[in-house]
This record gives sequence, C-alpha cells and structure tokens, in this order.
Amino acid sequence: MTKVILITGTRKGIGEALARHYLMLGNTVIGCSREEGSITHNSYRHFCLDITDESAVISMIRSLKKEFGRLDVLINNAGIASMNHFITTPLSTMEKLFRVNVLGTALMMRECAKVMMKQERGRIINFTTIATPLHLEGEAIYASAKAAIENLTQTTSKELSNYKITVNAIGPTPIQTDLIKAVPKEKIDALIEKQTLKRMGTFDDITHVVDFFVDEKSDFLTGQILYLGGVSR
Amino acid sequence: MKEHIFEIISSAVRDMGEELENETLQHVSEETKLFGNGGALDSLALVSLIADVEEKIYDTFERAIVLADERAMSQRTSPFRDVGSLCNYVEKLLND
Repeated sequence: MTKVILITGTRKGIGEALARHYLMLGNTVIGCSREEGSITHNSYRHFCLDITDESAVISMIRSLKKEFGRLDVLINNAGIASMNHFITTPLSTMEKLFRVNVLGTALMMRECAKVMMKQERGRIINFTTIATPLHLEGEAIYASAKAAIENLTQTTSKELSNYKITVNAIGPTPIQTDLIKAVPKEKIDALIEKQTLKRMGTFDDITHVVDFFVDEKSDFLTGQILYLGGVSR
Repeated sequence: MKEHIFEIISSAVRDMGEELENETLQHVSEETKLFGNGGALDSLALVSLIADVEEKIYDTFERAIVLADERAMSQRTSPFRDVGSLCNYVEKLLND
C-alpha cells in the first residue's frame, strides 16, 4: 500500500534522497525546507517553512491532513551542525543548534502525532548521529542536541505507544553532504577510524534503515536508536 | 460563533464518550465535566480530545490553534475542566 510520508529538509542531501526514494516507490511525499524545493513530481508537495515556526508547522500539517486524509510516516531529517571547540562556541550558535535540531524535531513530532493518534497508526523516524555515542571532540553542542533527540525518541515512544505510533531514530556516520563540507578531510578520516566498519556512509545505507523502520512489519519495534557503521553505546 | 464552537466540542466529547462507553459524555451540556475534579477523562483521553477539537476547529474556521498553550497550562482554573470553560477558551483563542 502506498503511504503519505512527510520528510523535513528535502531541498538537498539526505532529505532529498529519501524523498526521491519514496516517490520512486509510488508514495505521496510532502517535503519542507526554508527555501524553495528542488523536486518536481506529481506526488510531491513542498512547503517553504522554518520547522521551529509553530503556526507554519501547524498550518502545514492541517492542510496536508485535509488534502490527503492521513499521514503515515514522519521522517525528521532537517537539522543543522556546527563543528567547533566547546570553548569557542558562541551562545547564539548553541541556541540555534538546539532550536532547530531539538525543538524543530519535537514540534514536528507533536503536530504529526496528533494526526497519527486518531488513525491509531504511524511511524516517526528521527535523526541522531554517531557523534553522540562517540562523544566526539568538536561536536559537544551538536552531539548534545542529538542526545536530546535520542531521549525524545525513547520517551515519546512510550507516550505514543497506546496509539500504535512507533518512534525510532537512525544515527548515520558521516556521508558526503553539505552538513560536513566544512569539516577537514583529516577529521573525517579520524572519525571513520573510530567506526567498526571503516568507510563513509552512503544514502543507500540510510534509506535501508529508514525502510526498515517504516515497514508495516516493524510494528513491534519502537524507542530504538540504530547507529550505522557498527557504532554502539 | 459560540454555538459553532459548542457544537464542535460537543461532537468531539460525544465521540469520546462512545469510545469510552461513558454515558455522561454522550449527553453533553456546558456543565459536562471533562478533566480533573470529577471529570470523566484521564490524561490520555484528554490528549485525544484536544487533538480532535483542534482538527475540527481548523476544518470549520480554517484557523490553526494550539489548545495546550502556555496560557492554558498556567491558568489557575484549567480551561479543560468542563465543556463550558473549554468553549470559552477556544472562543478566546479564535478572537486573538
């Protein structure tokens, strides 16, 4: 059965790759980003918004509910990173990292869960990072924000379990996207050395895990954090 | 507008009453108690009712409201205590 899937941050990178993947499989995909979308497809709708803008998020969810009648999957991909020593990280950067990564994810979850509760069905997939379990130097604030997302994932998985909504998270390794374009190659190589499986991740690695969480058969699976590259806590 | 709001909330409460097999909730008046102090809803049922009312308000008035906002949570007397107080609160949000 085809699904109605909302993916945040679809203008580029992982979000765009996931949107194209689910469109190719015949699903309806709703995407959003702060700027104009990059995907043109009959089954794709794009909303220009900031995921921390409460009224814009609510309006998007209400209008997609009205148009499509349901929402099966939320993929909370949108996020920002900033690699910097803790001592030299400005407060404004800290605030922005927490606002977009944590509050943006939580707001999107809250509003989508309201739709999914009534259906008594839904899948929510959040994004964390291997920088969190690895306690990676230079990523203190980013990894802390993602740690908050992990806790949010696990706690909401309990709060939403009565409504048959599953909430899980994927923690990718670095993959070649804009998020890491400013990070020097030596840093990336050093990070890959810390993984059990020593290579960069690919879009396919991520798609495979998201497919697994989205699968109808994964209804006995919630509150799980799955890291790529053999990284574990 | 107030009548519309009452109709929307009544219909959401009646649906909840059927789901919970609760007679009181199926015969709605402004005095019908909802949450706390003898109200028929537990916190899970209240969460469902809030989601339902928000959706119905949007469908009728094309206005996106958040019922569990800071004002609602900080009020000395909860707007979720009975149908009448919830109607008044929704009206206030729509007039903002």
